[in-house]
Amino acid sequence: MLLHQLTAKQIQDNIVKRKISCKEVIEDLFNRINEKDSLIKAYISLDEESALERAREIDGKLSNGEDLGVLAGIPIAIKDNICTKNMKTTCASKILENFIPPYDAFVVNNLRKEDAIIIGKTNLDEFAMGSTTENSAFQITRNPWNTEYIPGGSSGGSAAAVSTDIAFMALGSDTGGSVRQPASLCGNVGLKPTYGRVSRYGLIAFASSMDQIGSFTKDVCDAALLLRVISGYDCLDSTCSTLEVEDYVSHINGKFDGLRIGVPKEFFGEGIDREVRNALMNALEIYKKNGAKLIDLSLPHCEYAIATYCIIATAEASSNLARYDGVRYGMRNQLSDDSIMEMYCRTRAEGFGDEVKRRILLGNYVLSAGYYEAYYLKASKVRNLLKSDFDEAFKKVDCIISPTSPTVASKIGEKMTDPLEMYLSDVYTNIANLVGIPGISLPCGFTNSGLPIGMQILGRHFEETQILKVAKLFEMETGFHLKKPELD
Amino acid sequence: MEYDVVIGLETHAELDTDTKLFCGCSTAFGSEPNTQTCPVCLALPGVLPVINRKAFEHTVKTALALNCEINNFVNFDRKNYYYPDLPKNYQISQNYFNLGNDGFIELNVKGKKNRIGIHNVHLEEDAGKLVHPEASDASYSLIDFNRAGVPLVEIVTKPDMRCIDEVEVFMHTLRNILLYIGVSDCKMQEGSLRFEASISLCRKGAQVFGNRVEIKNLNSMKAVLKVLAYEISRQRELLERGEQIVMETRLWDEISAVSRRMRLKEESHDYRYFPEPDLVPILVDKKNIESIRMTIPELPTKRHQRFVSEYLISEYDAGILTESKSLSDYFEECVKLTSNSPKELTNWIINDVLRVLNEKKKEIQDFNISPKMLVELIEMKSEIGGAIAKEVFSEMSNTGKDAPTVVREKNLKPLSNTAELSSLVSEIIGANPKAVEDYGNGKESALSFLVGQSMKVTKGKANPKTLLEIFKEKLANSP
Ligand SMILES: [Zn+2]
Repeated sequence: MLLHQLTAKQIQDNIVKRKISCKEVIEDLFNRINEKDSLIKAYISLDEESALERAREIDGKLSNGEDLGVLAGIPIAIKDNICTKNMKTTCASKILENFIPPYDAFVVNNLRKEDAIIIGKTNLDEFAMGSTTENSAFQITRNPWNTEYIPGGSSGGSAAAVSTDIAFMALGSDTGGSVRQPASLCGNVGLKPTYGRVSRYGLIAFASSMDQIGSFTKDVCDAALLLRVISGYDCLDSTCSTLEVEDYVSHINGKFDGLRIGVPKEFFGEGIDREVRNALMNALEIYKKNGAKLIDLSLPHCEYAIATYCIIATAEASSNLARYDGVRYGMRNQLSDDSIMEMYCRTRAEGFGDEVKRRILLGNYVLSAGYYEAYYLKASKVRNLLKSDFDEAFKKVDCIISPTSPTVASKIGEKMTDPLEMYLSDVYTNIANLVGIPGISLPCGFTNSGLPIGMQILGRHFEETQILKVAKLFEMETGFHLKKPELD
Repeated sequence: MEYDVVIGLETHAELDTDTKLFCGCSTAFGSEPNTQTCPVCLALPGVLPVINRKAFEHTVKTALALNCEINNFVNFDRKNYYYPDLPKNYQISQNYFNLGNDGFIELNVKGKKNRIGIHNVHLEEDAGKLVHPEASDASYSLIDFNRAGVPLVEIVTKPDMRCIDEVEVFMHTLRNILLYIGVSDCKMQEGSLRFEASISLCRKGAQVFGNRVEIKNLNSMKAVLKVLAYEISRQRELLERGEQIVMETRLWDEISAVSRRMRLKEESHDYRYFPEPDLVPILVDKKNIESIRMTIPELPTKRHQRFVSEYLISEYDAGILTESKSLSDYFEECVKLTSNSPKELTNWIINDVLRVLNEKKKEIQDFNISPKMLVELIEMKSEIGGAIAKEVFSEMSNTGKDAPTVVREKNLKPLSNTAELSSLVSEIIGANPKAVEDYGNGKESALSFLVGQSMKVTKGKANPKTLLEIFKEKLANSP
């Protein structure tokens, strides 16, 4: 097997057993990046020099017999909306094109502490707004299974990097499915933890009440490994949980006794692609064969989820993005006799792309006087109803299974013409963000045309262990995750 | 025509905390621009706010002192508007769930008791400060973010004030309460206390208030009183001419002493308030409230009443003594230390202590003379005489030395040695035969003259009473 095809855990075993040096891993990886990333365009920026320096340090630690972090030597890619000290963090937006944060995000700090090696920053839809990664101000990322196709989004760069084997692991952010959906479309494992499990400090906000940092990995075990490192209490994020972090890796193996899987009828209805549906049905059969009980469910308020999501996400975004005004940092566009108001307008008009502007406008609209009650307040109430739908459901079942996305990857350019259709494609994922529960997407088959199909497993708040375990069982039974795209 | 005036006030007080409301930056006043900033208060991408517990407790304390109901569910809201001194372009404030609601302040306006309703008390963050370069042709402004994120308590009254006198007493009383409970230093010159007023006029006795005019950014109590007086006459003139009052926000121009339109009501901001998703709602614990309530000292109005009834001093004097907590503490400390009458202490404090503080522009906390030292001096008065006591006081206030030390060092101890005094009296008698003769002829005033002469010679150090007795005795015995 080729080095770059190993999982993070495997590469780390090799490093720790000193079969291979960290430096060799990085060199090999950058060779592959240089060869493949021009096809995929997953990375916005790379930092080979620092990565090599870090690798040498870790090799040094190894030969001195010093203690190593749990991610020692693992090369990892970071979505470019997560702040990295002294490394450009652009949000794929012109307005932050040259922004260099003076601080590390909580998760980045944890990665460094555990000796992971940050190799670069990955592409995304501008400010994580989109489901295709076509809304990047800089480049369009391609799906490694077919470069004519989108990788999904908004964390398309991270998803494509892991599936292309040009990163062993990657971080993304998931506000409405931005980790799970691209993981599904690129055929790897995407985990969105419970809201509050992972600190948002340093994640550039899109919709604060739903944003959550998640991971892309080559298998479930790696997801468990990475979750342990990025989770935990952070006094700088008031919405972060104080609940103790579990040792996920050691709990994901094993059989279930009477696992109850919820199958909501609302998730298998209209609009779902035939091949996706079939793959899911097969997957459910596999669980059944392994002793799980399938339980039909109804989540009656699901039909309002997309509208609710759109209102809350755009409202929060309109306010979160107000700080990009050209005053303190980032792009400033100003003619010599501009007033401050003209400078604001010129900067924001030229700094933001269409999708971002569309959402800022929508958000300002739903919050404006006279509309707040009808939109934002009502959406908050529906959100509570959705939460009780899930509370009820989780009394009867241990997890809920659905497709991650109703369709597989679409062709580049196909969905850009109709934003509404794009919003609708997030139907299965954004409910988890509204409710705050964890979800994981993993490959469960391929279409005849060779595009990956993803399955989503949703669990109770803070029961990441449970969904990882359910996912792991499927992975062992099937092995879809082992299939690699041909990229030549 | 006669009009009713309706006034409401919004007061912003900077809370006395070491660090800002949502980050760990210092709140110290007067540092170099932008030295007290961090990614959070500069609103860099990706940062999050974390609430300062002390600021929250100070706000609870304020709300309790203003007799408010404390909401048991407290949340923050974003107030969205663009201004370069506001780094996030939204202010974290409270709108839907204020910390305190429905309180009141009791006023004493020229002996008449009156209650002003408090609509709400809430916590929010301050903005930075724009610094405009002095050159009039400069094409830029600078921003100092040191103040951005400093905690403010906002106190909003109901439109309950009906005249300027009331407003004046209200502002003093409120300031006094805030100082008493120790939540703000209320330093107007440092912008720790700022006001916004709203005012309308309506025909006397009318049930419906007139159109409201708001006036922003009033940085002194004087400015509030001036702008209200100006607005009352401006609005009255308009109404007399049969014109309408326009709903608008005006700014006070201190230099030309006029108010000017800032924006019309229709142009006012739509703040698009919504709950701050980066902070979690606070469920206020009843026990917690009670323990904060325990830290509230006796408030000025109550203390005022108690001083009158317990120490038998005048309403007026009690008013002056309770003007600040530290002054009334000082007074009570003195009372405890002496059996002298509180009235005498009051005279000393009001006439002498406050005069010196005023001259030296000092606060009582920084005063050289402690209560113990003042009492010691007052108790020496019968011995050294009033004139010397005042002299000693003045020296004490300059040097911080206690009364016995000053008396000794300046040799101000009265001559009490009878032998010494006796020979002095003989001397004076010898030197003033005319007066002695007058006294012999029954002219009592001659005796005062003789005593006065002795005081002159001793530079006031002799006790006049003792002198008088010795004179009487000697003159009676003389042929
Ligand atoms: Zn700060």
